[in-house]
Amino acid sequence: MGPIAREERRWQTRMGFSDPSEMEAGLRAVSMSSVPTLGTITLDSFTRTNQHDLARQAVREGRRLNGYPLVALGAERTRELVDRVSGDGFPVQVRHGSARPYDIFEVMVAAGLTATEGGPVSYCLPYGRVPLRVSFAEWERSVRMLVAAVPGGGVHLESFGGCMLGQLCPPDLLIALTVLEGIFFRSLGARDVSLSYAQQTDDLQDREALRALRALAGEYLGDIDWHVVVYTYMGLFPTTPSGAMHLLADSAILTADAGCERMIVKTAAEAHRIPTVRENVEALQLADRAARVVGNVRSPVVDEGIYERALTLVTKTLEGGASPAEAMLRAFRSGRLDVPYCLHPDNANRCRSGVDDRGRLVWFDTGSMPIPAARGSRPTLTSSSLLDMLSFVRRRFDGQAAEAGGLTGVGQAPGEPSTGRMARGVSDAS
Amino acid sequence: MLGTECLPLDSAVDPVPTGSVDDPTVVLATISSDAHSWNLVVLQLLLEEAGHTVCNLGPCTPPADLIAACLDYTPALIVLSSVNGHGLLELPEVVRTLRRQPRLGGGILVAGGKLTTSGGLSATEIGSLRADGVDRVFTDGDTLASFSRFLRGVPVGGGQAAR
Repeated sequence: MGPIAREERRWQTRMGFSDPSEMEAGLRAVSMSSVPTLGTITLDSFTRTNQHDLARQAVREGRRLNGYPLVALGAERTRELVDRVSGDGFPVQVRHGSARPYDIFEVMVAAGLTATEGGPVSYCLPYGRVPLRVSFAEWERSVRMLVAAVPGGGVHLESFGGCMLGQLCPPDLLIALTVLEGIFFRSLGARDVSLSYAQQTDDLQDREALRALRALAGEYLGDIDWHVVVYTYMGLFPTTPSGAMHLLADSAILTADAGCERMIVKTAAEAHRIPTVRENVEALQLADRAARVVGNVRSPVVDEGIYERALTLVTKTLEGGASPAEAMLRAFRSGRLDVPYCLHPDNANRCRSGVDDRGRLVWFDTGSMPIPAARGSRPTLTSSSLLDMLSFVRRRFDGQAAEAGGLTGVGQAPGEPSTGRMARGVSDAS
Repeated sequence: MLGTECLPLDSAVDPVPTGSVDDPTVVLATISSDAHSWNLVVLQLLLEEAGHTVCNLGPCTPPADLIAACLDYTPALIVLSSVNGHGLLELPEVVRTLRRQPRLGGGILVAGGKLTTSGGLSATEIGSLRADGVDRVFTDGDTLASFSRFLRGVPVGGGQAAR
């Protein structure tokens, strides 16, 4: 099982089937996609919430789950299928969303898998009711076990902090959270980590964010191996195939231009259902092609203070505790870190964010966080205004797809500001 | 109260006129394996705009918490929203358990979202959920507008805290 990102940029899917032969077939199809990639085993929701009996029951009854039930199926069964598809050039990563991942990590290691993702904050606050302190305790125990079980620094841990709820979180906080989780992993002995960033509403803002992220990673994780993984937009996805493909292509170009080493794709099916293997493979190929054809675009460099704000959040957090874990726990308790729209009882939820009239993510109110809010009027939050913000990217790309239909330049959905995000020439690439 | 932690949507920062969450007229929740919360955030706002006070139990709702909240508040409306494709796997059990409670009160119980991994529901599957005790099923094809129309027929107020 080789390291996740070396030499060449890799494009990656999500993928999880509850039937092991389907899972194996999916992994094989990805490995044969002739695109630099790696395998993914995405776990189902019962497994993520430690309800392994429900997963077992579903498997017994032949009912389809929304992912691979790793713990229910067990290490031996999993090792068999992984050995048949993996190799030096095709590492396999386990993706899940668990605040309490010990069982998952245990079976993972026994199955010969050494790469995974998540984090005590990023897989706790967005996703349920496990107390943050419990999540930190179990993540600490789990990461230590993983590091000890895989000799020679072979474990890879990816922080999901650059995504959180997937939408409406200003980049400075996402960057701070993923860097802080990287620091947490490093403090427990991890020597090969990745930090994440999910594509947001504005391409220039995303480029500034990725520069800031890479700078902070270099400063705080410079003595270990690290890389950055970009996620194609994680919010409400365009419903038209053309809109979806353009958004995916944009994320690939962003990843390449920003010098990032890996990207997790979305597919044209995303708005409707879980994608098929074929849709996933097509997405990989589109991403790879888009980055090759259009790469090296000289976009204007914008500096709106993302690096400074992210740095403030990281330093003010770390000042507050003897260990990264204690520091982060204190920061959330006091609201010095505060994730917008996050319902978790341990999140202060005193801040407010949104999409401004330039299409960028801004803070309307930073609550107790040590960073300033944007100036300007603060809109009232209603179900309509929230839906408008949540559907902002979808409407823009579906609207552009309806208007442009080709190479004639950047289309605009009525009333939407242009952000120059439309990919150029992808549909004509050979 | 057993873990019935209602999650107010930041009413201190963006005041939306609501009653006290001590006496909610709606209990809003999801199934235990569903970690999504945007649907719950939007639905809470929609319900509040229709005049209700909402107890939002948040993502990955433990069934015990849902049942305890419904018995405590005897709400006029129970809304179960799920989008992870496991709805049809989990709803029958939790709905049947709710319906078995003699002190549940006369509240309406609705469920909706993306309830299967393929997104859609067959007529048989909808019928089965109705038989389990769901008064109305909002499938993938239903819009928030149809839910809003439905809400106009639901009385605001009328939930009484259990003595």
